Amino acid sequence: MLQGWVVVLASFLYLGVLFGIAWYADRRADQGRSLIANPVVYALSLGVYCTTWTFYGSVGRAAANGIGFLPIYLGPTLLFALAGFILYRMIRVAKANRITSIADFVASRYGKSQLLGGLVTVIAVVGVIPYIALQLKAVSNSFTILSNYPEIVMPAAAGAVPLFQDSALYVAMILAAFTILFGTRHLDATERHEGMVAAIAVESIVKLVAFLAVGAFVVWGLHGGVADIFARAAEVPEVARRLTRADTSASYGSWGTLVFLSLFAALLLPRQFQIAVVENVDVKHLNRAVWMFPLYLFLINLFVLPVALAGLLHFPAGTVDADTFVLTLPMAHQQEGLALFVFIGGLSAATGMVIVETIALSTMVCNDLVMPLLLRLRWLGLAEKADLSGLLLEIRRWAIAIILGLGYLYFRVAGEAYALVSIGLISFAAVAQFAPVVIGGLFWKGGTRDGALAGLAAGFVLWAYTLLLPSFAKSGWLPEGFIAHGLFGIELLRPQHLFGLSGLDEITHCLVWSLLANLGAYIGVSLLRVPNAREARQASLFVGGTDLAGHTAWGGSAGVADLLPLAARFLGRERAEEAFLRHARSRGLKSVDELPGDARLANFAENLLAGAIGSASARAMVASVVSEEPLGLDEVMNILDEASQVRAYSRELEQKSQELTRATADLRQANERLRELDRMKDDFISTVTHELRTPLTSIRAFSEMLHEDPKTDLEQRTKFLGIIVSETVRLSRLINQILDMAKLESGRAEWTVSAIDVDEVIREAADSLTALYAEKRVALDLDGLHPGLTVMADRDRLMQVMVNLLSNALKFVPTDTGRVKVGAEGTASEVRVSVTDNGPGIHAADHEVIFDKFRQGSGGTDVLTDKPQGTGLGLPISRQIIEYFNGRLWVESAPGAGACFLFTLPRQASDNDAKQTQGGSQ
Amino acid sequence: MIRTRLVAQRLAFLFLLGCFFFNYPLLSIFNQGGSLFGMPPLYAWLMGSWLFLIALLALVIERKHG
Repeated sequence: MLQGWVVVLASFLYLGVLFGIAWYADRRADQGRSLIANPVVYALSLGVYCTTWTFYGSVGRAAANGIGFLPIYLGPTLLFALAGFILYRMIRVAKANRITSIADFVASRYGKSQLLGGLVTVIAVVGVIPYIALQLKAVSNSFTILSNYPEIVMPAAAGAVPLFQDSALYVAMILAAFTILFGTRHLDATERHEGMVAAIAVESIVKLVAFLAVGAFVVWGLHGGVADIFARAAEVPEVARRLTRADTSASYGSWGTLVFLSLFAALLLPRQFQIAVVENVDVKHLNRAVWMFPLYLFLINLFVLPVALAGLLHFPAGTVDADTFVLTLPMAHQQEGLALFVFIGGLSAATGMVIVETIALSTMVCNDLVMPLLLRLRWLGLAEKADLSGLLLEIRRWAIAIILGLGYLYFRVAGEAYALVSIGLISFAAVAQFAPVVIGGLFWKGGTRDGALAGLAAGFVLWAYTLLLPSFAKSGWLPEGFIAHGLFGIELLRPQHLFGLSGLDEITHCLVWSLLANLGAYIGVSLLRVPNAREARQASLFVGGTDLAGHTAWGGSAGVADLLPLAARFLGRERAEEAFLRHARSRGLKSVDELPGDARLANFAENLLAGAIGSASARAMVASVVSEEPLGLDEVMNILDEASQVRAYSRELEQKSQELTRATADLRQANERLRELDRMKDDFISTVTHELRTPLTSIRAFSEMLHEDPKTDLEQRTKFLGIIVSETVRLSRLINQILDMAKLESGRAEWTVSAIDVDEVIREAADSLTALYAEKRVALDLDGLHPGLTVMADRDRLMQVMVNLLSNALKFVPTDTGRVKVGAEGTASEVRVSVTDNGPGIHAADHEVIFDKFRQGSGGTDVLTDKPQGTGLGLPISRQIIEYFNGRLWVESAPGAGACFLFTLPRQASDNDAKQTQGGSQ
Repeated sequence: MIRTRLVAQRLAFLFLLGCFFFNYPLLSIFNQGGSLFGMPPLYAWLMGSWLFLIALLALVIERKHG
């Protein structure tokens, strides 16, 4: 029942369904309810990467060399792992600049160069044509095989069939017609095709299910599972050698080459760029695709090796082309329905690729090649024509037809010499030439138009010489000697052993030379000069993601009156007016006429046109009506500088503000401390004044009495004078101590540090007080002293402390029964001195108070009213001195139980040496 | 979200991991006769590590930020 007409009918029915889906999706898009605004649809539409190469060719490749089909799918997996760094940026840049194709992308990046856009287009068209031929070959072969059912007949060589009996010709014509219907029904300002994407997503499902179906049939229908197939294959030596790889460095080298080649291809093939970047609805959809697209690739490759092995086991060697195993295995087992489904799956793979690829290429041909040329030909008068939108569509239709025609031509010329995969790899190597300018353009600002032109041209020429021309030679269209003996018989120029390089497979060999020349020329030529103004502006848009929305390349101005008709000529009146009205509304204006003729409007018009005719042409067209004040290099540099300065400045500001916050906190702290000190100073002054006034008052009172009453008797007079003298002594001691205190506190005191025997100092201090102790009949017990304890300290200061403590004790002990005991003991690290008395003792609450200035403890009485002798500065000064030497001074006491003043000083001398050099600080 | 630098860097790490998985010298370890889960070791390794990598990609990108 699988006659030719059944197959044809099924094919047309399937294409009709696809068209219906596309039509419905387009209608939904017009209603604003997009079908494809969905991450899963986006991921599925990326499946356009899998063509008949995958569907038929992978099995053929696997039958030839086992696992070797796989790198082509591992590369894209790795690419999507890098999505955040490459694809994400490309989509953002493309959306911001209305990029419509890879040619547009490259042209726009290097200063909107028409020449560059044209070169990329030529490379893409020439490079991809073998790939299209591959699809034609696969579809026509599978059709021929299927329509011969139940016999399995391999198709005759393409060249041998008369032209009009060649099914590939009709396949090409039908695909051309279908693509034209699909892609060029109307002109969209953004060059997006919602209907097409929806259809591609459906096709991705169909081809996946078809392949999984045949895989399941082969694995479980014909064999007992995957392990069974591998076990049987291992038994047949001829088949078993596909299970491992030739373990040579060259083999791993070409494996790695294919991984990275396919990584680039999945990014740079015109159709991949179209689907992944141009047709992307929302950049967030990329998230899901990062794992879903690799998963799709994984699933479609799941059964490739088992099917290939089963084919090898089933068909005698050489009778059936391994590229057709997917189809011939079900046919050999009379599975008519499955065979037809497989054919439809293959058709899906082919139509998906051809439709997207040729639409992408036709856009490039039209925008970057034909239109710039036509607009240059002044005698055609195109620049003055009112409506060019029809012409644009016409050009694209012709471009589609011609590209498919070229694909067919290549199929006739070279299609027989290669297996499917080998043909496809030629195209992969061609688009890999875009990698340096595209990826370099995303990360390096220094690339120039000249560098990009040189790199692409060098890479393209070497690709053609080492890969494309040999494919012609192998088919007999060029003399065989070209491959064997080189151009003009020069051995060094043998295309597949260029300059004597050997040991590589032809793809790796081509990539080594072409990418080396490409990259070298791109970088080398770029470095010959500084990027000009336009290049620098575009570079900053692509690389830095600098938002120049506020700035514009248009220095001059043009009114709506000029720009609207210009846009209308390419987009059609209605679409142009609609777009302008939207723009006006977005700026808060009611109608198009209110739009001011400013640079922003010119920018908008340029962007709008860029969607239809490419960025380079759009710039040229807008320039023709806008009185462009050419943007000087200085001006652009200013803009860029400004932008980067603003960025740097804001970073700086942020830093400054943080510093400021810190400084503020510090200041507040310092301020609080200052206030505290200020308050303390006030207290101090008022206390000092009070302390000074007391003796002064009594001196004055007694002096006045003596002065006013000269008749005072001698005894009285002697008594008064005695008081005056003792008060004066007290006053001068007080002043001395205040000065001393001030010196200590300000850190201006002078210290003479040396090793001191504590025992000796204490005895000396005791000696100086012997008279006073004797006068009050107080016993001074020095039995607790041990000679030989040494500390690093200032001898006089330590003496001052001892005298202070001893006289302090003397003040508080009772006359006659008073006892003061001095002790000193040493531990490993410090010397501890104690002065114990049997005075009234000190309240625990006063233990710290007594070390404050002008506060004196006095048993239970109020500290400030009932004063014994003394100034109230002795203890604070002593504590300052002891602390200066890293010691501690404190008191242990309870009321009624006497008091014990203790201080410690470190025995080690090292610290104090350092202190000495600093001159003291407190 | 792919937008955050950390996620992008995690993905880039997976890229490097994939480069390691899918290339010499690791492949030469598995390139031998015999069978692993009923499959040739090289095939089993490539398909297994590929699926593992895809799972990691999904994990990194789909994980909600806590």
